[in-house]
Amino acid sequence: MTTTTPDTEAVRAEAPRPRKWRPTDENGRRMRVWELALRYVLLLAVLALMIGPFLWQLSTSLKGPHENIFSSPPKFLPSDPTLHNYERVADTIPVWDYAFNSLKVAAANVVTNCVGAALAGYALARLRYRGRKAATLVFILAMLVPVEGIIIAQFTTMRDLGLNNTLVGVLLPGCVSALNVLLMRNAFLNVPYEIEEAAFVDGANVWQRFFRIALPAVKGTLAVVAIFAFMGAWDDFLWPLIVLSDPDKFTLTIGLNYLHGTFANDERLVAAGTVIAVLPLIVLFACLQRYFFRGVGEGAVKG
Amino acid sequence: MTAMKTPSPATSPAPPAGGAPRATKAARAPRAGRRVRRQLPTSPWLFAAPGLVIVGWFILYPFVSTVLNSFTDKRQLVEGKYVGLANFRELLHDDMFWIGLRNSTLYVLVVVPALVILPLLLAMLVQKQIPGITFFRSAFYTPVVASIVVVGLIWVWMLDERGLVNAVLEAVGAGKVGFLSDQWLLLFSAMAVTVWKGLGYYMIIYLAALANVPRELHEAAAVDGAGPVRRFVSVTMPAVRSTMVLVAALSSVAAFKVFSEVYLMAGPTGGPAGEDTTLVMLVQRTGTGLTGRVGYASAISVVIFVVTVALMLLVLRADRKENR
Repeated sequence: MTTTTPDTEAVRAEAPRPRKWRPTDENGRRMRVWELALRYVLLLAVLALMIGPFLWQLSTSLKGPHENIFSSPPKFLPSDPTLHNYERVADTIPVWDYAFNSLKVAAANVVTNCVGAALAGYALARLRYRGRKAATLVFILAMLVPVEGIIIAQFTTMRDLGLNNTLVGVLLPGCVSALNVLLMRNAFLNVPYEIEEAAFVDGANVWQRFFRIALPAVKGTLAVVAIFAFMGAWDDFLWPLIVLSDPDKFTLTIGLNYLHGTFANDERLVAAGTVIAVLPLIVLFACLQRYFFRGVGEGAVKG
Repeated sequence: MTAMKTPSPATSPAPPAGGAPRATKAARAPRAGRRVRRQLPTSPWLFAAPGLVIVGWFILYPFVSTVLNSFTDKRQLVEGKYVGLANFRELLHDDMFWIGLRNSTLYVLVVVPALVILPLLLAMLVQKQIPGITFFRSAFYTPVVASIVVVGLIWVWMLDERGLVNAVLEAVGAGKVGFLSDQWLLLFSAMAVTVWKGLGYYMIIYLAALANVPRELHEAAAVDGAGPVRRFVSVTMPAVRSTMVLVAALSSVAAFKVFSEVYLMAGPTGGPAGEDTTLVMLVQRTGTGLTGRVGYASAISVVIFVVTVALMLLVLRADRKENR
């Protein structure tokens, strides 16, 4: 600890090598080559751990019926890659219908959450009326309720509405999430309100101010809400498991669980099913990762 | 001029004429020769209504009825009557409840420390702007994106007796391990999967916190001769401490309510002799179906509420203590 580490001056005094990029640490200082190499080794090790299981699943799904998937040592590359398992999974369970069901729920969840959270968030942040504080409190309380604890009562409520075993029933409880409302409220609060004031003076009514001024200013947060709404609905497991009983109406997650339970012996099939479920999400994520990371980061900073 | 031009932030954080009643009043006031005429008779409640209805109907009302139901012997399709604390008394003698409570608590004790420390180390690893780092960050986030069912099924296959992990273990001469057949190994495997899936999520949270650590602090420490370890303990850790508390709070609440991982890996009945059942699995099992005991399941839910709130308070209190 007290031994001499080359201080900043010494590092900077080193003859600068002609390089295109200069590896620097978080403080903008140059990094040594061995340290950089160590970093890449560690990064690759973690990469193998995080991505490896997905690739193994993909590989399993591509292995043909005559290939030994239990070989030892394990073989990563299918000797004779085939899409046959994807056909078979569609013959076994209506996997594309399930995917379509998931897509319907997820898309509807995006719309309802964006609209509902933007409207409510605007009302909480920008409008003045008696009971605004109470309304805010309602959303805060709702955010604190652990959903896992209320599923039985939700199920009973849904049954009273006659919506059990329907996709609407899957959608409804989460279609405007309290967390999203509060996210939108924070976003609207951060918009400088002089602009809206100017519009007000110019005679814009509340809807005009909402649509033309406030909403465009919070597009980033809206995108985050949309992404999380989609992922949340596409990934949800516990609630659809409880609401849906009829295999015709399953969403993809429940369908996969069903497939796993019924055809546990054929790993190739289950693997193909999981690849179908995860691929759209990975593609979506790859396209939108900028918003993603910003959103998660923002959420964290604001707590 | 009017008060509008110089709004004092302390008194009015919102535009003065958002709501209908005020809007009409404002419209009457002469303002720089203009009048607000096109104010629609819109109540602000119209904005908040969709959210309030959904949240009230499907979150708060079920919450209240869960608490009320916990004092009844209500079943699915059968109205219950008030039975006082009978459900809670029964819980005390229900082995399954204690198994669930034990497993959920164990889950918190193992998963939370791992999710407070490991993602921080990971965040430090991906923090530096070196070529390709964006790719690594995204790749590490993939398990977060993948749905829990996919993740669960992938690991069921990986940890299967004939799966990849065992094949590797056998190849190196370590012999097979029955990850999914032993009660404890199964539970710890599920914990490992939870940690694996959560790493990327908390990594991003830490990344945001690390970005806010003042560079000067590190430089000053380096000038004073502090090595990397010393700088981590004395500069980085204090700077991200509040984030660590946040991560601890988020992950402990999530870990206590674990359902999917264990359900998928251990099966609906919770592994050998149901020994891997968690509390939420127990709620799902006892409360649903035509004969589901709503009252009893609600009592378990109330225990979940209480422990969740207690966990939050505990974490926050630990935070305050350290702050002093």
